[in-house]
Parts: sequence; C-alpha cells; structure tokens
Amino acid sequence: MTSLKKLLLGEQGLVVIFAIAFAIVALTVPNFLTERNMLGLLQSVVTIGIVACTMMFCLASRDFDLSVGSTVAFSGMVAVMASNASGSIIIGLLAALLCGGAVGLVNGVVIARFRINALITTLATMQIVRGLALIASDGRAVGINDPGFYQLALSKFLGIPTPICVMAVFFIIFGFVLNRTVFGKNTLAIGGNPEASRLAGVNVSNMRIWIFALQGLVCAVAGVLLASRITSGQPNAATGLELSVISACVLGGVSLAGGRAAMTGVIVGVLIMGIAENVMNLLNIQAFYQYVVRGLILLLAVLLDNLRSAAAGRRT
Amino acid sequence: MQDFLEFKAISKGYPGVQALADVSFSVKKGAVHGLMGENGAGKSTLIRVLSGDQSADTGEIRIDGQLQHYRSVRDAFDAGVIVIHQELQLVPELTVAENLWLGRFPGKAGVIDRSRLVGVVKEKLAEIGIDIDPTAKVASLSIGERQMVEIAKAVMADARVIALDEPTSSLSSRESEILFTLIDRLRAQGKVILYVSHRLDEIFRLCDSLTVLRDGKLAAHHPEIAQITREQIIAEMVGREISNIWGFRPRERGAVRLEVKDLAGRKLRTPISFSVRQGEILGFFGLIGAGRSEMARLVYGADSRSQGTVSVDGATVTPDSPPHSIRSGIVLCPEDRKFDGIVQGRNIEENMAISSRRHFSPFGILQPKKEAELADRFIAKLRVRTPSRKQEIVNLSGGNQQKVILGRWLSEQGVKVLIIDEPTRGIDVGAKSEIYEILYELAGQGMAIVVISSELPEVMGITDRIMVMCQGRVAADIERADFDERRILAAALPDVANASELPNQQVQSR
Ligand SMILES: Nc1ncnc2c1ncn2[C@@H]1O[C@H](COP(=O)(O)OP(=O)(O)OP(=O)(O)O)[C@@H](O)[C@H]1O
Ligand SMILES: [Mg+2]
Repeated sequence: MTSLKKLLLGEQGLVVIFAIAFAIVALTVPNFLTERNMLGLLQSVVTIGIVACTMMFCLASRDFDLSVGSTVAFSGMVAVMASNASGSIIIGLLAALLCGGAVGLVNGVVIARFRINALITTLATMQIVRGLALIASDGRAVGINDPGFYQLALSKFLGIPTPICVMAVFFIIFGFVLNRTVFGKNTLAIGGNPEASRLAGVNVSNMRIWIFALQGLVCAVAGVLLASRITSGQPNAATGLELSVISACVLGGVSLAGGRAAMTGVIVGVLIMGIAENVMNLLNIQAFYQYVVRGLILLLAVLLDNLRSAAAGRRT
Repeated sequence: MQDFLEFKAISKGYPGVQALADVSFSVKKGAVHGLMGENGAGKSTLIRVLSGDQSADTGEIRIDGQLQHYRSVRDAFDAGVIVIHQELQLVPELTVAENLWLGRFPGKAGVIDRSRLVGVVKEKLAEIGIDIDPTAKVASLSIGERQMVEIAKAVMADARVIALDEPTSSLSSRESEILFTLIDRLRAQGKVILYVSHRLDEIFRLCDSLTVLRDGKLAAHHPEIAQITREQIIAEMVGREISNIWGFRPRERGAVRLEVKDLAGRKLRTPISFSVRQGEILGFFGLIGAGRSEMARLVYGADSRSQGTVSVDGATVTPDSPPHSIRSGIVLCPEDRKFDGIVQGRNIEENMAISSRRHFSPFGILQPKKEAELADRFIAKLRVRTPSRKQEIVNLSGGNQQKVILGRWLSEQGVKVLIIDEPTRGIDVGAKSEIYEILYELAGQGMAIVVISSELPEVMGITDRIMVMCQGRVAADIERADFDERRILAAALPDVANASELPNQQVQSR
C-alpha cells in the first residue's frame, strides 16, 4: 500500500478526508469560514448531533431506532405545553424528559423483553408518538408564552450559543461512556456477538432497555432545544430526523451490523452532513438537489468503509 | 510414485505476524498427508493459500507438475482443489442434493431437472459409501453427516486435492470412524488428501506422510509416517519433550461446593442431580448429543430451567441467569467458540476482560492499565500466539481464539465452580498440558471443576470422577479408581446403556 492509501483507509481515514474537504471548502466557497457561518452551521446540526450520540449506542448494539424524530417533536411539544400550563419552565423540561424517557423505555422493554424486532417496534412507536404530538396540539403549532423559554436557545455561554455547548458536552460525555466505561464496552460487545455477551455475564436485555431509555431522554433534550429555537412546539417538527441521524452515524463509521462505533467518527459524520447542507445553501443550490447530494455522500461513505475493512483484511 | 502436490518456498505475512515462512514440501498421489503444529503455526493459512482464499506473498504451488496461478477459490476449484473448512459451508435450508449442485444446477433455461438433481447425487453418494438421503434438508443432519456432505461435494466436483482442516473436532468417535473409512476410500481412488489435526491418534490412523510446522516454518517433513514416534512429533511441534500430557495429581477433596438437584429444562427433560466437591474435577463423558452441554447450560442459567435447584456452598442460586451465576461463583466456558464465545470485531484484551473487568472498574469506569495487564498475563500464561493484545480476535488462529475465551474465565475472580465444555477442542498438545496444569492448580485452591469432553483419554486422564451421559440421562457415575475404558464406553452407547448386566454399573438415571 502506498502511504496515501494507508492514510485514507487507516483508522483515522475519515478524519483526514474530512480535514481535506473542509480545507477545500474553506478556500473555495465564499463566506464559509466566517464566525457567523460557522456558528450557524453548528446550530443547524445541534438536533442531529445530540440524537446521534445515543443512536450510536443503539446501532453499536445491533439495534435500530426510527422513533427519534417523533420523540423529538413530541417532547418539544410537551415541554411547551407543560410550561405554558404551569408557568414554570423547569416543570416543562421535566415533563419533556419524562415523556421522552418513557417512549424510550417502552421501545426498550418491547424490544428486549418481548423480543420484537427493533425496526418494527420503533416503526410503530414512531407513528404512535407522532400521532400523540398531533393529538395533543390538535395539529397546530403551540406558541411559547414565557419568553424565558427562548433563552435556552438564544443565550450564550463563553460567546457560544447554549445549544452548541450542550451538543459539545454530550459529545464528550458519550465519547467517554463509549470508550471508558463498562457500559460502552458492553454495548459494543452485544453488537459484536449478543449470545457470547450474554454467556459472558452481560445482562443483554437490561442493557438494551437502558440504551433505548437513554435515547428517549436525549431526544427530549434535543426536542426542548429545538422548540426553543423555533419558538414553538410543532407537531411536525423533525420529520425524517431518524434518517439524517442514522446517515450521520454510518458516515462516521458506525457499523449497522453492530460492534463498531467511535465518537470522533460520529462527530465527523454529523459535521459532514451539516457542511454539505451549509455549502449548498451558500452556493444557492436548489433544495431538491440537496437530497441527491446527501444520498450520494452516504453511498460514498459506505463504499469507503467497505474498502477500509477490505484493506484491514478482516476475516468475515 | 511421483510428487503430485508440491509447495515451494511459500511465505505469507500478516501485519505483525509471519504466518508462513519459506515452507516447501511435497505429497505423493494417493496419499493422506498430515499437517501438524501448534496453534498459530500456520496450518490453516497454508490451506487457505492452497484453496486460493489467500494468496501467498512468495512461493509457488504445483499440482501434477503444473504451476498453479490461481487467484481465487473459484480458480482453485477449477484446478481440482477443494478445502473443507472447520466451519462448514452448507446452506441449511436446502436439501443435500441441492447443496451439492449449488452454483451449477442441472437443467435447461433455469428450470431444474429434478430427477437428475437427486439421481446423480444418489449415485455419487453410493459410490463413496455415504448413507445419507439426498432429499433431506441439511438442517436436519448431524454435524458428522454434514461433514460427509462436504466431502461428497468434493467428490462430485472431481477434486484431485482435498484438504480437511480439523474435520473431527466436532465429530463423535463413531462419526470420525466413518469419516476415516471414507478418507481411506478416497485415498484408494488416488486423491491427494491434506489432513490437519491436533490428534495424534488420528494422524497415525490415517496418514502416510506428515509435515510439522512451527512458527510458520517447516519443522519436519516425514515421507514415511511409520518411522516416527509420537514423542518425536510432539517434540518437533513444541520444541521440547512432553512426557506425560495429563500430569494428573491427586488432590484433597473438601466439602460439597456445587449441588445440582433435579434439574431439567426444555432440552433436557429427565431431571439430573449431582454434586461436586471442593478440589474435585468431575468429568462428563458421552457421545455428542448426550445432553452434556444442555446440562451445563442449565446449571449456568444460560437456558431457563423448568425445575430443580443449583446451589453453591449451600446457597441456592436464583434466578437462573448468567450474571447471577457468575456472581454466585459459577462460570461456564462454552463449547461453541464461534457463536457463544468470541465477540467479533473486538480485540483480545476486550474479549478477555469482558466479564472480570467489573472487579476493577470503579463506578463502571474502565482502567485500561489493569485490562492491559490482565490480557498480557493470560496471553503469556496460555501462550496465545499474537503480535499484541490489541489484535482483533477474528485474526487469531482457531486454537488461539479458544485460549482467549479460556483466559476470559480463568481471569474471573471469586470463581467457585468452573464448568468447561470441551476445553481443549482445537488446542495443540503443548497448550493442552498447560491447560490441565491450570485446572489442577485451580482445583488445588478449592475450586470445583466440571469438565465436559468427548475425548475419552482426556476425561480419563484428568478427572477424579466421571459421569457418563447417554440420551439425556446419567448412565454411570464412576470413581477414578474404577476407570475402565470399556465400561465407560458401554455406558455412553445408547443400545447398551440400559443393559443392567454390565458389571458394577451404578445406574443413576431416575
Ligand atoms: N487475517 C489475519 N490477520 C492477521 N493475522 C492472521 C490472520 N490470519 C492468520 N493470522 C495469524 O497467522 C498465524 C497462523 O494462523 P493459522 O490460522 O494458520 O494457524 P493454525 O496453525 O491453523 O492454528 P490452529 O491450530 O490454532 O488452528 C497466527 O499467528 C494467526 O494469528
Ligand atoms: Mg487452524
């Protein structure tokens, strides 16, 4: 192998490619590398980025969650309605977390205890939860009464918008959990070989329930931030989010067959999704083309991943 | 006779490992050629090179004097080389005949000619003396029968060279014997057979000539097997003499550690009861399918129980799940490495620490140093052949994977009862005796050990007591002083198991 090929197909290949792509874009696209645009770009990936943290665990343990988009919308809705009704933002937040966590828990219990396929289960809850959001709001957007709620998205911490900080903190926490805790290692082990993990004493069904419950909670956080940014609870918010999140994870080298995941990869995946969209916006490319480009990027990433495992000479 | 299959200066390296280095030898037509060597010596790699699955870095292969240039399994197949891997490659949902024709079904315009499909197979099977119904689904066959089907596949394809990689490791002795007869017949037809095994008995039973590999290099080549001894082969493999591989030492037995009472489950209907004392090594012998692994899985809680209790040191273990069993001090090292043992995609270190890490991970936070230390210790202790503890487990040789799984359980703390299912399957002679040493050491510390094995010499060589199982029941319970090969075998065979006239038989089934 030549050294270039080695670099591109090595462990850090994706990061290298990302760095190169970033440099090219920064040099060629006007207005890209401005502080304003950078912050806007990061803002735009907050929802995907936050949800991708736990989706990574879900995929790494060989599971799948399609209900994230609905859960984000539903919990955002709940947050707005509960804080409007009670006059307290805290109560709104807690209610959102509770609802998001509950959706995740239900997913987890149905999948792990009743052994129903994750794809089917979350396909069902995806629709149920979206329905609940529509029922609760009667299909209309619910405006936020308390201006304090806007502050969640508008406030800044050290000059950086709070949602971006929250996303960064999540990246750090979940990166740590994946690499440095028993929970993370067990997640990867389950994805690698569920039966062997069970026999090795890993409580596989509890682990799966936890992963889904966490996913629900994290969706609630994303939902609250989203509601605050769009200044209302929208029952139709975040449609198609599940696909973007899964794409970002796969872009980042998370294996759909389970057992392989890395936080850095997922971060890069999320950023690639964000940059692609941002650049297309800056270049005034029609939205219709953006779908095509996004799909192509995903295909390319998967092909690259394939090349990489072939180069690593993994036995199947 | 001339040399039919020739390897010339074959070398093959993987990152960090020289799997084969300058290996040259040749095999005559109509010969069964043995290939032996320690785990990771390069046997499977050589076979993979022969089968076109991997290409050698340097060197050449000649068949019947012709230089082979193949680059894929398909090319090798066309050149008449067929490899039967340890993991069998049949489609379970198809019938025997369909499997044998797979890839080139007989018929016109995509419509399969049913009568030829079955007819030709029937003929071929009869020709080589395999008694299997061509219309049976492969899923319904025993592992031994599947192996036969694999061989039939080679015969159907008119293979000139057939390589078998540890074919008997999951066969019963009866099934192995049938396999040997089949191999004899193929030899008589002038095929060249390459036979990889860790079992010396089989090598002497079958082979005409033998090559021993060590660390990827040719350690010895014997054109005539009659002229060498067992001890010589072992010394060539491991580079030192091993006089007595069992090395059994009697121990003190203490109070009852593991007590199993009336245990039964879905796959083991007849309730089973037994106990194991501190410091005791109890062997479970039986034919494949006798219910030994099912028993072990029930005790460990891997399968759910329908009745019965398991207690350790007098305390009942509830509920029946692996995590609870581990906390109560029972561990199980499972039989099927590929499905129940290794975690694919993870490295050696992670595979070893998966269970024991909870002892040194405060608040669930990993201590990489301690994991590394543990991995290095057991890599050294079990002599796992690997460039580093970070190697992905799937890149290890079969026997070395087994050693890593053993390490997983040997590194677990507070184990009171160790159940090992086929501990030395696929493991070389040198490592075997080291594993036995470890078992004696653990038993000496008061652990109760249950060893399940299909190798009679092994169970007789290392245990204090043997329980023989037959068709899901305990057929005999024999103390070491009364070990007798014939009696144990008689108890294990279904047709004579209930014959009460066998001398001194303590039939324990209820
Ligand atoms: N894909 C691979 N990547 C890295 N190393 C490999 C790979 N395949 C084999 N090896 C290494 O090559 C060496 C030879 O392996 P091989 O499987 O040929 O051993 P073996 O003699 O068949 O052993 P066993 O008796 O345990 O089956 C081992 O050290 C193994 O770890
Ligand atoms: Mg091998």
